[in-house]
Amino acid sequence: MTTVDQPVRAPAIAMTTRRIGIAGIIFGLAAFWIALPPLTVRSVVWPILVALAALAAGIWAVREGERRIGYGAIFSAIFGVALGYFATQTSLGHLNIVIVWSAILAAMLRYATPLTFAAIGGLFSERSGVVNIGLEGMMLMGAFFSVWGDVQFGSWEVGILAAMLAGGLLALVHAFFAIQLRIDQIVGGTAINFLALGITGYLFIQIYGEQGTPGSIAEIPDVRLHLDKIPPHALGHFLDGAIGQLNLMIWLSFLVVVLASIVMFRTPIGLRIRSVGEHPRAADTVGISVYAVRYGAVVLSGMLAALGGAYLTLGFVHSFNEGMTAGRGFIALAALIFGKWRPFGAFGAALLFGFSSAIADRLALAWGTSWQTLFQALPYLLTLIAVAGVIGRSIPPAAVGRPYKKQ
Amino acid sequence: MDEILGRYRLLQRAGGLIAPVVTSVMAFLVGGLVIVATTHKAPWGVYRGIFNGAGLNWILPWISAVDRTNAGYNLQQTLLVTTALILTGLAVSFAFRCGLFNIGGQGQYIVGAVFAVWIGSSLSGLQPAVHIVLAVGIATLGGAVWAGIAGFLRARFGAHEVITTIMLNWTAIWVASALLGQGGPLQGKNGSDNPISADVVDGAKLTVIWGDPLLQGLSIGIFVALAALVLYWIVTSRTTLGFGIRTVGKSTEAARYSGIDVARSTFLAMAISGGFAGLAGALDILGWQFRLSVGDVQASQIGFIGIAVALLGRNTAVGVGLSALLFGALVNGTSTRNLDPSVFRPELAGNLTILIQGLVVLFVGADVLVLVVLSRLRRRRA
Repeated sequence: MTTVDQPVRAPAIAMTTRRIGIAGIIFGLAAFWIALPPLTVRSVVWPILVALAALAAGIWAVREGERRIGYGAIFSAIFGVALGYFATQTSLGHLNIVIVWSAILAAMLRYATPLTFAAIGGLFSERSGVVNIGLEGMMLMGAFFSVWGDVQFGSWEVGILAAMLAGGLLALVHAFFAIQLRIDQIVGGTAINFLALGITGYLFIQIYGEQGTPGSIAEIPDVRLHLDKIPPHALGHFLDGAIGQLNLMIWLSFLVVVLASIVMFRTPIGLRIRSVGEHPRAADTVGISVYAVRYGAVVLSGMLAALGGAYLTLGFVHSFNEGMTAGRGFIALAALIFGKWRPFGAFGAALLFGFSSAIADRLALAWGTSWQTLFQALPYLLTLIAVAGVIGRSIPPAAVGRPYKKQ
Repeated sequence: MDEILGRYRLLQRAGGLIAPVVTSVMAFLVGGLVIVATTHKAPWGVYRGIFNGAGLNWILPWISAVDRTNAGYNLQQTLLVTTALILTGLAVSFAFRCGLFNIGGQGQYIVGAVFAVWIGSSLSGLQPAVHIVLAVGIATLGGAVWAGIAGFLRARFGAHEVITTIMLNWTAIWVASALLGQGGPLQGKNGSDNPISADVVDGAKLTVIWGDPLLQGLSIGIFVALAALVLYWIVTSRTTLGFGIRTVGKSTEAARYSGIDVARSTFLAMAISGGFAGLAGALDILGWQFRLSVGDVQASQIGFIGIAVALLGRNTAVGVGLSALLFGALVNGTSTRNLDPSVFRPELAGNLTILIQGLVVLFVGADVLVLVVLSRLRRRRA
């Protein structure tokens, strides 16, 4: 791609303003962080001082024209000092229960993995120009059929295959209606979600009835790395707690992110997908079959979303329940937007949402179940804020949501 | 394809009734195939069981007096569900007119229900009329504010309403569960440990016009819902506000050039939509539920079914009314209490309803498909 030379006003100063604004955001977070273990500052003065620095940086950035980042820093300062104050007023016992960084990181990865798979799936679909609101349903299909295949054949490998098949089939339905019949893709995706809810719920009751899925399912194994031998001891202990025992699917999700990035930006296939999503007419003119590329991309997205669902049941919860995806497909969609339709961006956003789920879990450990319910809302609220905050700067593929008609 | 589309537009002008009807028939046919494939039962018997469970046999002149009484009870419940579905359907339709897809009706409904149960179960000394108006009004406002958040985020930041409303749904579900749950501020203080609210006081209950108030008789809420249908028609087709909203829905650019405040229209369209859903929550609480539990909050599907109601009803007042009745009958007819378990397992039938709902949404979007099928049939007959 060639870049167009644009007259830029004093780029050096703009860059430093930006940096100061970003530093402000980090300082705001630090105001909270220093009040947590391992530093555990107990005096409220320190968070206030650090937050003041963040506030100053934010105000300066706003006045110099970096409004968005500046306001971000101001927001972060207010947030940081509020949470920091809260942390200093909390008993050490509670803090030490909630803030176990290695456990938080491990939980973050567990919660992020279904989102990562689905978001990468959405990436392929949307980059090819087809909106996929149906990710949620495809994930749910994967969740159910992985258990079904697993129980039927006694192996999790078959379970994963069954999940991908089911997710791919449902995605094929979405593709047919969106591409061939050119229906509104958002309405179609909503229908897909209903269908998945109905199909999985129906079969779940029909096959497993009142007892639920059997307890004897073959689980996807964890990968055990003995990292506690790494010196120094504290680091080894930390690493072992965080990534020493992760499910195989979590590692696979890392691989999928890397592969998606390579395929999308370094191969002819990726170029075709992107060109079909940006300018289908032009792609058609140079001999790329718009329909074929879109079909392939949508079906692949269904398979990936189903992998996320398979992890949810076979690697995480070890059972299936009606409607168990609980909006994760939509959070994945938000992660995709938050990550600007890029694999690593989407992965980062998935980690962020996973982090909020992990924190919600840990908070419940210290404050008991009556609060747990309220903390459950945290990831959804965060998604709401993230979607609102970033969306103006996140530009979707040009032809996304527009059916293509051959001439 | 274009020839078919042209013929389709003609049909639309001729009343637009054919495609929705064919859509429903197709969805029920596929549902019947599912029944045959999984249970080897004749779908006809199952559908008749659902028909009777919904109390629709009440209109048949030849049934016995005992049957008619029972059918009356069932039909009253069906009409109660219809009441809620009309309003959650309008919540989707109204936003649709502005080009917005409000799939947050569920959350807005829950917010309305929570406010209704909160006000309805407190302030016990109040005049009944004042109490009801207050509870209904605040619940409606609560739903409007909840949807208004999504409208504001769309208008101000361009955040897609499908994602924001889904997130607001889950936020509403968990916050409501925390409020009603163990130790929550809205949990009833009557000594029990159940995660359930206190009962609505008698003065705040809606008048029952048909049936026994203790056995979920039909309340005046149905008239409120019918009035809302008329209001919907008036606002969308006879007011400046409605004109602005429809123009934004057809083309944002055209609306902007003709001087319509797009942001304001977007926000108002979402807020009014949410108001309808919030009203539905209030009517359910004050009309027949009288209390709200964590289980109700988490299991309710009324807001989601509103999507299918609106799509099948093609966002017209009459269409929404009729499809609300169809889905109301389907939901009530497949409920655990009403469907004869010897005919079909109600848990299965409930999921069958969701399946049929999905098919309706899918086929309604694909009206071209309906016409292709129609023309194929015609050709075969010729």
